[in-house]
Amino acid sequence: MSAISREDVAHLARLAHIEMSGAELERMTGELDAIVDAIASVSEAAGDDVPATSHPIPLHNVMREDVVGATLTPEQALQNAPDAEDNRFKVPAILDGE
Amino acid sequence: MSEIIKLSATELAKKLRAGEVTAVEAVQAHLDRIAEIDGGDRGLNAFLHVNADEALAVAAEVDEIRAAGGTEAEALHPLAGVPIAIKDLIVTVGQPTTAASKMLEGWMSPYDATVIEKIRAARMPMLGKTNLDEFAMGSSTEHSAYGITRNPWDLGRIPGGSGGGSAAAVAGFEAPLALGTDTGGSIRQPGAVTGTVGVKPTYGGVSRYGAIAMASSLDQIGPVTRTVLDAAYLHELIGGHDPKDSTSLNEPVPALVDAAKQGLTGDLSGVRVGIVKELTGEGYQAGVQERFNESVEVLKAAGAEIVEVSCPNFKYALGAYYLIMPSEVSSNLAKFDGVRYGQRVLPEEGPLTIERVMGATRAAGFGDEVKRRIILGTYALSAGYYDAYYGSAQKVRTLIQRDFDAAFEQADVLVSPTSPNVAFEFGAKSDDPLAMYLNDVATIPANMAGIPGISVPGGLSEGLPVGIQFLAPAREDARLYRVGAALEKLLEDSWGGPLIDQAPELAAATTGGAA
Amino acid sequence: MAAYTADLVDFDEALERYDPVLGFEVHVELNTRTKMFSDAPNAFGDVPNSNVTPVDLGLPGVLPVVNKTAVEYSIMLGLALNCQIAESCRFARKNYFYPDTPKNFQTSQYDEPIAHDGYLDIELADGEVFRVEIERAHMEEDAGKLTHMGGAAGRIQGADFSLVDYNRAGVPLVEIVTKPITGAGKRAPELAKAYVGAIREIVKALGISDARMERGNVRCDANVSLMPKGATKFGTRSETKNVNSLRAVEHAVRHEIQRHAAVLDSGEAIVQETRHWHEDTRTTTSGRPKSDADDYRYFPEPDLLPIVTNEAWIEEIRARLPEPPAERRKRLQADWGYSDAEFRDVVNAGLMDAIEETIAAGATPAVARKWWMGEISRLAKNADVEPTDLGATPATIIELDSLIQGKKINDKIARQVLEHVIAGEGTPGEIVEKRGLAVVNDDSALGEAIDAAMAEMPGVVEKIKGGKLQAVGALIGPVMKATRGQADAARVRELVLEKLGIEG
Repeated sequence: MSAISREDVAHLARLAHIEMSGAELERMTGELDAIVDAIASVSEAAGDDVPATSHPIPLHNVMREDVVGATLTPEQALQNAPDAEDNRFKVPAILDGE
Repeated sequence: MSEIIKLSATELAKKLRAGEVTAVEAVQAHLDRIAEIDGGDRGLNAFLHVNADEALAVAAEVDEIRAAGGTEAEALHPLAGVPIAIKDLIVTVGQPTTAASKMLEGWMSPYDATVIEKIRAARMPMLGKTNLDEFAMGSSTEHSAYGITRNPWDLGRIPGGSGGGSAAAVAGFEAPLALGTDTGGSIRQPGAVTGTVGVKPTYGGVSRYGAIAMASSLDQIGPVTRTVLDAAYLHELIGGHDPKDSTSLNEPVPALVDAAKQGLTGDLSGVRVGIVKELTGEGYQAGVQERFNESVEVLKAAGAEIVEVSCPNFKYALGAYYLIMPSEVSSNLAKFDGVRYGQRVLPEEGPLTIERVMGATRAAGFGDEVKRRIILGTYALSAGYYDAYYGSAQKVRTLIQRDFDAAFEQADVLVSPTSPNVAFEFGAKSDDPLAMYLNDVATIPANMAGIPGISVPGGLSEGLPVGIQFLAPAREDARLYRVGAALEKLLEDSWGGPLIDQAPELAAATTGGAA
Repeated sequence: MAAYTADLVDFDEALERYDPVLGFEVHVELNTRTKMFSDAPNAFGDVPNSNVTPVDLGLPGVLPVVNKTAVEYSIMLGLALNCQIAESCRFARKNYFYPDTPKNFQTSQYDEPIAHDGYLDIELADGEVFRVEIERAHMEEDAGKLTHMGGAAGRIQGADFSLVDYNRAGVPLVEIVTKPITGAGKRAPELAKAYVGAIREIVKALGISDARMERGNVRCDANVSLMPKGATKFGTRSETKNVNSLRAVEHAVRHEIQRHAAVLDSGEAIVQETRHWHEDTRTTTSGRPKSDADDYRYFPEPDLLPIVTNEAWIEEIRARLPEPPAERRKRLQADWGYSDAEFRDVVNAGLMDAIEETIAAGATPAVARKWWMGEISRLAKNADVEPTDLGATPATIIELDSLIQGKKINDKIARQVLEHVIAGEGTPGEIVEKRGLAVVNDDSALGEAIDAAMAEMPGVVEKIKGGKLQAVGALIGPVMKATRGQADAARVRELVLEKLGIEG
């Protein structure tokens, strides 16, 4: 199941939006491979008849009434923004200009 | 060392009520202790931020209310004026919250976590924010972006993790109480290796609102203290239903203080204690195993019925945990991208697009362990692997719950060593993530099943603390307090006082300063 | 981009060789008071980043809580689409990075939608009914709003930077996904328009959405593929995003059919990609091709719990459903006795509700239609507003009509009175009174005017006496003038003949 390649890690890093140097990719590939090896047995532990548990304590229908509560002011909302303009968060271009 | 800081929270609260000590004196004594031993090259470095002004102001308010008397004084919470330290994963208005990550350096939350609202309502002065492994990922507090925290028992050793800061602060008498968070053992394992008490409540017992999420289905906030009774008081305060947390249990907090007091009688007649076969023996240090065996004898002598139980699926727990936790981590930490808050780092070269800015920000803002878990989680959730990894791990979760269900048919509580080893030296496991992960082998099953767990001091091995863990069925946190308090009392009787009294005196960077 | 731009094949010609397969993903913004997972107001057009809580900004430590009303609205919509309502459903995280998505994942539903396996019968213009199968309707949250700055005309291409407003982030959405729609042939564009129109009409009738496409309350992604005539294996599809008017849906589907045909004719393959619709040129351009970056790593949202429904809850919600729009239309047309053409005009003018209210208030169907479709629509058009926004109410119409029936005013005056009502001068009765517009019924006042007119036109009088009764008309003009139009023409005629001793 494992045998994670450097290309796999590069792809995962792209999906996770973490820039990685060649050396970092190399190191991460080795570590990940070892970890995945160590935990691979999990995939054989349970048969098809075992249901998945996504919440440790099963609850359901936890809902709130449709009533407006307190909001942040735009100043509070933007107080930690790395960059802002005109009451809005400012981000670099979405697409490469070239 | 001031006598005030040696008091348990319960004792201090009693003296505050009796007017023997003022809250300002109590806060100042702890601030002095922090100033004395926390900084410098060989300081504990338990605190990332010290909140002196606000803490003193809250203490002064409590003193004023007490002095004025009347209904307001009577309505004060039992812990009013007792200072507390907060793990820096829990958001606070007026103090920075960093999660020990460069990503959040200087970030000021515009809102309080629900537990912080309760701390404020109880008028407990907050001494500051404590160190942790970055975003709570680690078992040694070596993965903090702001330096390691030292173990007060041996400054060359780790205080456990991720909540090493809270545990060291409490063990080092910098605070009588602290809050921690426990995803796979981050309260209990530091408790074990620092000779303190740590409790992971039943999942949903304490609101997670405002605890920066690591793995949502595993995280719980809980108390870090020096006594079981102190933990019960703090747990009762922070517990209870919160409509802001959908996974919060809509049930009253159990009577934990009463349970702890019952335990302090030292009588465990009629209590069935199960030894989990899979959580002893191989992989556990001999000294740890010896202290554990002694504790079992003490429980038996107190009237407990000792049974052995088997949880055969626990062998998959660590693996399943290292699939579920990183999967949730990879999603929970996606929000840290340099758009709305936190650090923004620009790429060193090439076009300036938001995608590349996010990539550079996350590359510079996260440490290695965080990146490792994000990549692992991204892998476990990715197309083609989901069923084999994440899906299988969730099934293992079911198997672990079934093991617990069966075990709790035979026993009221389960017992095991909290950690397979005592505190290790800095750097001993930093290069081997897998070896580090094994620290949590005994604590992880409780998180996977959502059940509560406590770690209480069980003695020393080679001069370093060993922790004893009790586990109870979901919603039966009270059982932990009864059994934990009983073991604590009986062991302390045999030691002639609390284990922490055997800790070495910490050399002060500066002398004096006692209130 | 040029690589994907192909010539277009004539539409009819394309359909001689290919069968189109359609699919729609329609997003409906619910008009709940608060957002899907936070108690921030769900409001449009306020100061940027003012309708946000820590949850909507995805601040560290926050947790979502489900809005019960949004769930109930989703169930209502599911029922109206003839869907099965899931006994249990849950939320999932769709992971992708984009600056308008505060958590860098969207909370949505994946393998367990709240409603599934429904259908909608779509009536086309000629009355033919086409059944569209609904695969699922699921709940999710909207993203924030990005404004691209520095480039041309707010386009993402060439922009220097973008500004983000999270007021819309977290607004509840229901996404309705159809099964592949085959067999529409040449009527594919018409069906597309009618389908989206029907969804819009339903959510409006349910009262669960403001349903204004121009504001993005209802947004459509249209999937189009072609397969050779008679084939059963679907071709590669394109997904045209955010086609936000009914007319645009029709044009976009038509355009994609023509473009696909051209690509296929040239022997090339269709690229599976998203495409952007341009209203100005009525064309699509290539967006992003599908890639391995579209690995959304869905997993069950650990911070939210399953929604479990039961018979009692669903029945309680079903009881709140209004009559389905198509059935209602049929019923109203029959009740009112309008012809097909008349009724279609009323529907197209958006005046069905107004006419229904007017009739309910006591007007006859003919009178209600006469006023709404006539003078009110004309004045609204001049003023460039919706007829219902003009200021005329059912009460206005009923009062005008009763003044006419009581011969207090005539039709022409009534139209003047309406203008004064719209100008805010009061009710029709008040205006007739104030302005002295009542028909002159006083025979002596009329008699004077008639005498004056006859004295001025002796030739006409002679003609009448000679038996040319239609010459009376020549006298009516001057009488009307003298009475400032308030004379009843029929009465004037009677009086003239009476004065001349002629039997009418």
